[in-house]
Amino acid sequence: MFKRRIPLFILAFVGTLLIVSVFIPPMENLGEDFTLFFDIIAVFAFFLGGGNLVRIHFGKLRRRKKDWGFSIVTLVAFFFMLTIGLLKVSSVGGVWNIPLLGIGDPAAIAASPTTEGSWFQETFNYVINPLQSTMYALLAFFVASASYRAFRAKNREATLLLLAAFIILLGRTPFGMELTRWVPESFSVLQIPNMAIWIMNSPNLAGQRAILIGIGLGVVSMSLRLILGIERSYLGEDRG
Amino acid sequence: MGKRHWILLGAIVAVIIIAAVLWLFPKERWGTVFSLLLVFGGLVALLLRSLYAKEVERRIIFLFILVAVAAPILFPITFTEKPTAVVQAVFDKIENLPSGSTVLLSFDFDPAMAPEVQPMANAISRHCLEKGHKVIFMSLWATGQALLSQSLSDYILLGFPDKVDGVDYVNIGYKAGNEGVLNVIVSNFEKMFPTDVNSVPLKDIRIFDDIASAKDVDFIMSIGGGMPGPKEWVLFVGDPGDVDVGVGVAAVVAPQMYPYYPAQVIGILGGVKGAAEYEYALKDAYPVFADMDTPGLRMMGPQTLAHIVILSFIVIGNIIYFRGRRERKQ
Repeated sequence: MFKRRIPLFILAFVGTLLIVSVFIPPMENLGEDFTLFFDIIAVFAFFLGGGNLVRIHFGKLRRRKKDWGFSIVTLVAFFFMLTIGLLKVSSVGGVWNIPLLGIGDPAAIAASPTTEGSWFQETFNYVINPLQSTMYALLAFFVASASYRAFRAKNREATLLLLAAFIILLGRTPFGMELTRWVPESFSVLQIPNMAIWIMNSPNLAGQRAILIGIGLGVVSMSLRLILGIERSYLGEDRG
Repeated sequence: MGKRHWILLGAIVAVIIIAAVLWLFPKERWGTVFSLLLVFGGLVALLLRSLYAKEVERRIIFLFILVAVAAPILFPITFTEKPTAVVQAVFDKIENLPSGSTVLLSFDFDPAMAPEVQPMANAISRHCLEKGHKVIFMSLWATGQALLSQSLSDYILLGFPDKVDGVDYVNIGYKAGNEGVLNVIVSNFEKMFPTDVNSVPLKDIRIFDDIASAKDVDFIMSIGGGMPGPKEWVLFVGDPGDVDVGVGVAAVVAPQMYPYYPAQVIGILGGVKGAAEYEYALKDAYPVFADMDTPGLRMMGPQTLAHIVILSFIVIGNIIYFRGRRERKQ
């Protein structure tokens, strides 16, 4: 019984308190304090997350599950980053600094792990940075292929979408400006970059605002359901 | 005419074109001209092929994108930019702030987004420092702090050797907590950031002498595109703290920021184009930046050519669709 009631009570109490604190000036600081509590709780979440990652991948390795080789890469990368980040390992001009182990300059313990020469920063610059950029750059190829297949004037709605995409794509390049440079300034709205801005500022704006208002109302109703204990799926229950 | 005749004709045309290019253009433009000819010649060939309703294979599309992106990188093509109103608004805001104002720049992005938004972050930082503003750098993304350090050491501070850490600028780094961080700094910086990245207490940093919270800064510029990012800065700091906010975002995120413009967001820099426009405005206004590295302007070449290739494939796709439909009806 307590297993369910205590979390429900905590959520109802904190939720109500934080809503009330917005309307009562002396209680305004409560919001900040709870945010700091959240930060402290988040630290435990980091430990849990890290622990869980290690547990799952060690399990996979022990049982030689499919693609267990990738688990080795994950674990080696995880422990490597954790070690060099925690120990603040750095080497500048051939001089090693591992201040936590008493090697090199002890003052380096106060330095940011992202300073020049830090292994944490170097690994970021030369491994994580190019890997993530490469993954994102692949999007250009898939966008081109998807545009070729998807933007076909099969009906009225698709034609509108196609036209909007055409104007936006052109408007995001100097080529769009060059194409319509001849349009007199009094009709500048017909210049392609300005047409692209109009699409963003009018039809897009209307759609985006509708979505935002919908999300806002959804958040309010979901928060109320949580505070009132109607929504209990976060406790592992299937129905509210 | 048989297949052999077509190949022979093609070879003759190619030789004539190559000879014409070598004769008409200076040596340094050959790479650019040949790559453009390759892309546009290929597109014309595909366009003619599409009249027979023949679909284009995915690998052909990939090949065209590869050439369209690689060619302008290898043989740079640059364009002039005219800053649009949304970009000019951010430029004017920083330009019109009195020297010595405090600007907060938040690097809320990761390496995946960096090629799009880091150029604008660098350009805006240089603009602020050149104007004599005091700049507070921070990040809401763990990966943002490393990119911020990289930007500061490799680009921004190189042009300002006289600027002093803690006096002219400060890097307070990353703090976990997403919008929770903003919720606190809107009324108290020190509660969330007791020290800067070099472990110097905030109370000992001169910039923070008159700055207790994010409400006290004169302008906030959030550069990013994910969550937490520019939108959260508007909702949790700009609006409640009554501080002007400008945003620099990845191109795909820009449409989501327009609902806040111009009342809650004074200006928007969208993707590489936004960065290029800002760099152009900066170079135009400050001769000192004439030789400045402008990755935004440089990247407009690959972006323009890639967009033209995508647009051409959309046209080709539609020709194939309509030709195919007519054939099916017959």
